Amino acid sequence: MTDNGFYSAVQELKERYPDWRSATLPALQLAQEKHGFLSPEALRETARALGTTPAFCESVASFYDMLHLAPVGRHMVEVCTNLPCALAGAQRVVEAFEQELGIRPGETTEDGAITFRTVECLGGCGRATVVAVDERYHEFVTAEKVATIVEEVRGES
Amino acid sequence: MASPELILAHADDRDLTKLDEYRAVGGYSVLPRALELQPSALVQAITDATLRGRGGAGFPMGRKASLIDPKNPLRYVVVNADESEPGAFKDREIMARNPHLLIEGCLITAHAIESKAVFIYIRGEYLTEYEILTRAVEDARGAGLFGDVDIVVHRGAGAYICGEESALLESLEGKRGQPRPRPPFPPVTGLYGEPTQINNVQTIATVPKILELGVAEFTKIGVPSSPGTAVFSLSGNVARPGNYELPLGTPLRTLIYDVGGGIPNGREIKGIIPGGSSVPILTPDQLDTPLDYDSIGAAGSFFGSAAVIVVDDRCCMVQLALRAAKFYMHESCGKCTPCREGTRWLVQLLTKIEDGDAEQSDLELLENVCTRMLGRSLCALGDFAVYPVSSYLRKYRAEFEQHVDDGRCPFGDSSSIAGIEAPIDAHSHFHTVEVPT
Repeated sequence: MTDNGFYSAVQELKERYPDWRSATLPALQLAQEKHGFLSPEALRETARALGTTPAFCESVASFYDMLHLAPVGRHMVEVCTNLPCALAGAQRVVEAFEQELGIRPGETTEDGAITFRTVECLGGCGRATVVAVDERYHEFVTAEKVATIVEEVRGES
Repeated sequence: MASPELILAHADDRDLTKLDEYRAVGGYSVLPRALELQPSALVQAITDATLRGRGGAGFPMGRKASLIDPKNPLRYVVVNADESEPGAFKDREIMARNPHLLIEGCLITAHAIESKAVFIYIRGEYLTEYEILTRAVEDARGAGLFGDVDIVVHRGAGAYICGEESALLESLEGKRGQPRPRPPFPPVTGLYGEPTQINNVQTIATVPKILELGVAEFTKIGVPSSPGTAVFSLSGNVARPGNYELPLGTPLRTLIYDVGGGIPNGREIKGIIPGGSSVPILTPDQLDTPLDYDSIGAAGSFFGSAAVIVVDDRCCMVQLALRAAKFYMHESCGKCTPCREGTRWLVQLLTKIEDGDAEQSDLELLENVCTRMLGRSLCALGDFAVYPVSSYLRKYRAEFEQHVDDGRCPFGDSSSIAGIEAPIDAHSHFHTVEVPT
């Protein structure tokens, strides 16, 4: 997306709401899509398009788990470990990812391809364990299925 | 199943995400009838149907609508689709499989409170459901069903607290999702400071069904204090987890054993969390509790979001309490001191108990922290953090005592959730410090 394209997309977002501020989250989501994460440059660009300050954008972004203020991998692998998934054996899935990727939760593979982390409830409790890969859910995941998921993700990068 | 399905009716045999298919089963047929009614008549029907909020609090929707400030002509409808309660996945299924029912409910609700603008706030993680819902909104708008009303679907960005209605409104206004002091409540001062009707997905989706059946028929389903159905999200150690739409008042035992197939692998049931992770746990002797607001309340817990989590006898209750506490610590927005600091105390004390480093006085300290957190924050998150911990401690006290007496976890690695990691474990800014004694 060009800088102009981003700017006009944010203007359209502002039009959807009675108050421009409501466009802040969608604009930040758009900026993250464009930049990979919310770098200082991405925050400045969002602020310009919204007509506010980078500090305001950062204060909002820092509240939300899905917005990243530090670099992340090209792909995001998230394992839910909240109670229902925990009871279904989510820790074994976490450990399988650790082994397969060679990193701990919260870390990114050396080649910058995959960030792996544990997350709170994703709302797939009846189909535990839930793993989100780039925001798409894989359900009924067991440790045995982890190698295939990693292979698929690596295939995309 | 012989039980009547309202919300998920026909969803098994038809693709109701398609406008034509939804219309083929009578969809959008009550909308024109509703639009001919006086708004006050609609509010009266919702009130007479005793439609209680399906999101967690169980507050009657009709009463909320009657509190809308009559002096202010500018009103908003906001749908809470920020389903984040651990154990709950019903709204996700409703939006994925019957999005037009929600949209029809939105349009009727907008007429009922004389609003022209509806916002559906969907949690950011539900990307697939966002796409389905957005497409359905476009289709319904394209078919000319919206009249002079508009619906905007707004994505959240990952924060449990935004399911709390005032935090949701803050977030929808483009701010950090921190709860507001109340009063004033949303029907008086809501979105952008204007009167706002805010309800859960399932509550709004039930509105067309009340009109379709008529109040008299609708109230025959369920129990008098809580008519209608609920989509129960069944999860944990149960043979057939999933969403099941059942009349309110269905016994817990029926849901877990007849519908859910009971506890697998010959294990024993140890506890049942009836309304999502934030409600007090029930014990096996309470399996005959009917699943409705008042009955679960009388049993000492909450109906919550109808998310039933089954725990079998392999699970260490200290580990379970610790995992729950870590969740609330992660999700506390940080605005109120008792919640922000209290959730950290809970995590530290439970860690100490689980590690076998605690003394008897730590159990009393844990109780004390719970007491001091309850009812002392702007929203209920501070209470939600307490309910699991205090109820597990009260009902499985011997297990907590054993951790202290033996100086180690009696389950150890054999617990079903042994070693479970939480997002806060990976946060470098979190260091366990010694709790002063």
